[in-house]
Amino acid sequence: MFDISPTEWTAIQLSLRVATVATLVATPLGIAVAWLLARREFWGKSVVDAIIHLPLVLPPVVTGYLLLLTFGRRGLVGTWLADHLGLVFAFRWTGAALACGIMSFPLLVRPIRLSIEAVDQRLEQAAGTLGATPWRVFLSVTLPLALPGVLGGMVLGFAKAIGEFGATITFVSNIPGETQTISSAIYSLIQTPDGDTAALRLVVVSVLIAMAALIASEWFAQRATQRLHGN
Amino acid sequence: MLRVDVSKQLGEFSVEASFASEGRVTGLFGASGAGKSSLINMIAGLLQPDRGVISIDGETLDNTAEHIHIPVHRRRIGYVFQDARLFPHLDVRHNLDYGRRMNRLADDPAARKRVIDLLDIGNLLDRRPGRLSGGERHRVALGRALLSQPRLLLLDEPLSSLDEERKEEILPYLMRLRDEAGIPMVYVSHDAAELRQLATEIVMLRRGRVTAFGGAEVLPPAVSPA
Repeated sequence: MFDISPTEWTAIQLSLRVATVATLVATPLGIAVAWLLARREFWGKSVVDAIIHLPLVLPPVVTGYLLLLTFGRRGLVGTWLADHLGLVFAFRWTGAALACGIMSFPLLVRPIRLSIEAVDQRLEQAAGTLGATPWRVFLSVTLPLALPGVLGGMVLGFAKAIGEFGATITFVSNIPGETQTISSAIYSLIQTPDGDTAALRLVVVSVLIAMAALIASEWFAQRATQRLHGN
Repeated sequence: MLRVDVSKQLGEFSVEASFASEGRVTGLFGASGAGKSSLINMIAGLLQPDRGVISIDGETLDNTAEHIHIPVHRRRIGYVFQDARLFPHLDVRHNLDYGRRMNRLADDPAARKRVIDLLDIGNLLDRRPGRLSGGERHRVALGRALLSQPRLLLLDEPLSSLDEERKEEILPYLMRLRDEAGIPMVYVSHDAAELRQLATEIVMLRRGRVTAFGGAEVLPPAVSPA
């Protein structure tokens, strides 16, 4: 039962890689967006907010198809990126990471935004009177105090990225070794006559990864809270 | 020399104040809601005047006619807030060192030791703000502002949130600061007795207007602390 085959290993490793890359690339962007939404008033703010949350409510297959139209080989952005940067998303693991990053973005941003909103702006003012530029105020006060939210958002985003299925399979298909993640491998195995045990193995693996992510997030949050409450 | 001549509309309330002070400790005196905090927030640069001029020693910080508004972080004005506002994620040592790092000043162990001794906070250095008493927190906030080497120190009712005992704990430090540190201060208070002990010049504020300016004699008589 627990003899994981090379194909399954490949899918597990690919899932981890895709989710890790998606989370690491999305996090700085997520922090910037969260800060804008938490601390700035600007024209079209509610539209930006809606666009970020769109993947949460759109059918994943729609998001995947939109990605295909935009970042596919003949897509406007896809062609440009391939020609100028040599960056290809279509039917590559990078495309899976892009799809996962976009699908998990709202879950990543929300806790970060909430924790930035919770940072006392009077502390930021105090930092300013001590000579800190707005950027250094952010780095030395806002970000460290919002750290629990940042880590929470990262873990949540990672967990979502690991489990992403619909947008990924629509955008980059289900190619073993390239774009076949745990979810799409399970999907294939279920459709194979004697794939049940293999599918079950991958199910166990994804439950373990999800559990580990949740426990890690709790641990980070506790440590960060201890740090913040100054004891 | 601190020159302030500003007006600011804040909802229904407006501040229109003009004074120039040469004093070591300029006391801003008035009841709560008189506009004291708005005024020092304008001096600090946290609040922008609608009209007017603020300058220190001839250097303009605000001049609305010439569209000058030096941002907070470039004013070099220390601010001790009523609620201390220590950074909860940093221990006392790093709170004290914050201004020096942000201003990219050279490390000056002698200056640090002088301030730590003056305020008697040497035994608190490794603690987080969460583990400090109210009085200790205020002393650290004072030290943090001093060590950023400001050219002016603003103190916004630093004693008002403390009980009598704690006030008595801090007051001597403030007097030593006035006599030893050589940094001019603006001291906001609604307590005439406090200002009588500390201030060398008084600006009396009422409903956003300066109603009196002068020495301690402009304060209400000692028997009735208004």
